[in-house]
Amino acid sequence: MNQYLIAMDSWYILEKLILIGALIGLSFFIAMYTTLAERKIAGWMQDRMGPNRAGPFGIFQPLADGGKLFFKEEITPTSSNRFLFLLGPALAMIVALITSTVIPWGASYVGETRTVALQVADVDMGILIVFGIVSVGVYGIMIGGWASNNKFSLLAAIRGASQMVSYELPMGLSLIAVLFMTGSLKMSAMVEYQMQHGWNVLYQPLGFLIFFVCALAECNRTPFDLPEAENELNFGYHQEYSSMKLGFYLFAEYINMFVSSAVMATLFFGGYDIPFFDETAWQGSALVLSALTFAVMMAKVSFFLFLFIWIRWTIPRFRYDQLMNLGWKKLIPLALINMLISAALLLFLNK
Amino acid sequence: MSIVQILFWVLAVMALFSALMVITSKNPVYSVLWLIVTFFAISGHYILLNAQFLAVVNIIVYAGAIMVLFLFVIMLMNARQEGASGSKRWVTLAGTVSGGIFLLVLVAALKDSELKTRSAMVMDGQVGLIKVLGNELFTRYVIPFEISSILFLSAMVGAVVIGKKD
Repeated sequence: MNQYLIAMDSWYILEKLILIGALIGLSFFIAMYTTLAERKIAGWMQDRMGPNRAGPFGIFQPLADGGKLFFKEEITPTSSNRFLFLLGPALAMIVALITSTVIPWGASYVGETRTVALQVADVDMGILIVFGIVSVGVYGIMIGGWASNNKFSLLAAIRGASQMVSYELPMGLSLIAVLFMTGSLKMSAMVEYQMQHGWNVLYQPLGFLIFFVCALAECNRTPFDLPEAENELNFGYHQEYSSMKLGFYLFAEYINMFVSSAVMATLFFGGYDIPFFDETAWQGSALVLSALTFAVMMAKVSFFLFLFIWIRWTIPRFRYDQLMNLGWKKLIPLALINMLISAALLLFLNK
Repeated sequence: MSIVQILFWVLAVMALFSALMVITSKNPVYSVLWLIVTFFAISGHYILLNAQFLAVVNIIVYAGAIMVLFLFVIMLMNARQEGASGSKRWVTLAGTVSGGIFLLVLVAALKDSELKTRSAMVMDGQVGLIKVLGNELFTRYVIPFEISSILFLSAMVGAVVIGKKD
């Protein structure tokens, strides 16, 4: 009855621990350099230099920013709720980091004695777990905003929470059409399906568009960065935060961007699949194949990160009622219609 | 003790403790947060029973959506530390009595039931997996399933009608 949990050998546990460590490191690294990329691209779009003082081309800028945040004075407002004030950023960070565990980052390395999957947990529920964790992600914002005991923070937190709850619905609905085709919730199975049948985005362009818009909203990115609308709310839900607690909130946003890029790449763009190339026909070493697929995955993720940044510096922010109208009156019906048409087509083609 | 047993006891203690904290916390926001912890503990139990779908959906729907709405209402109403029940003694009394009676009914109902002789299938049952569950829902239980979806739809329409100002 209990062999399942005992049967894990110590190598397996070690392997997973190393993977988890590597993933956390990767998330932080990518998030750090996304901040730099954001500023560089913003500079490029606005015809200026961007940060270029710390190191060549400013590549040490994220380190300088992080150091600055660490050594700043940490202020906890006297009237705030101390424990929850601490819990808010911690929760935002934890939730942002957990999601990456179910994403396959590359083709499994098939060695002589053992196979190492580049994925921490290939569970049956795969994508649903991502949704579960994303839906819990609201609490980081809400708790932080409420515990600050500041009207602006509270308003921003409530805005953020209602926005995230609203956009989860069309996100889930657009996903259902993808699930019709892949027939599995397992992330690795979805990637394998796309390797054989072509990328999902070819069959579900509308679904991808809806999913992408919702991902923007879930990450609180422009044009949906209402919780951080400084001209209406001073600074947003993290107004009372300083030092590394603020850093954690800002950082969690970038990690969320990274993870949602990875989710979109996996769901719609074939995950670690190398385009126009049959992985099973690979003759060389398995390690190289794993590295190559991982690099392809990272390239896709970088593309989405660039898209996020591009949109931020191109499109102005929505008004709050526009945001809600778009979510409830446009995206949900659109996602429903998309789902119905896909279901009907699939039924028709199978018969 | 096996790992499953250790996990079970940890989760059981967590579930009971957080459930107790829900009703003893003075601050309603803390109550809601403890309730979320309870949901997570219960989801852990579902996973032990290999009901993975139920575990994840429990988190998505209850911890992720319904509790957010609870928190919404409480934060917006800015409920004070002292609950409403503290002001009137007979409300407390009535609550205690009705709660006690409910406990009595539960104990009486479960005392002689056949549940005692059945043990849970830990990490083994296949019913909770999504393929099996979907097959059951859309073949054997398709009519109750569809009827309950109509029920939800009517509840939604009702909420919209009530929510409209004019």
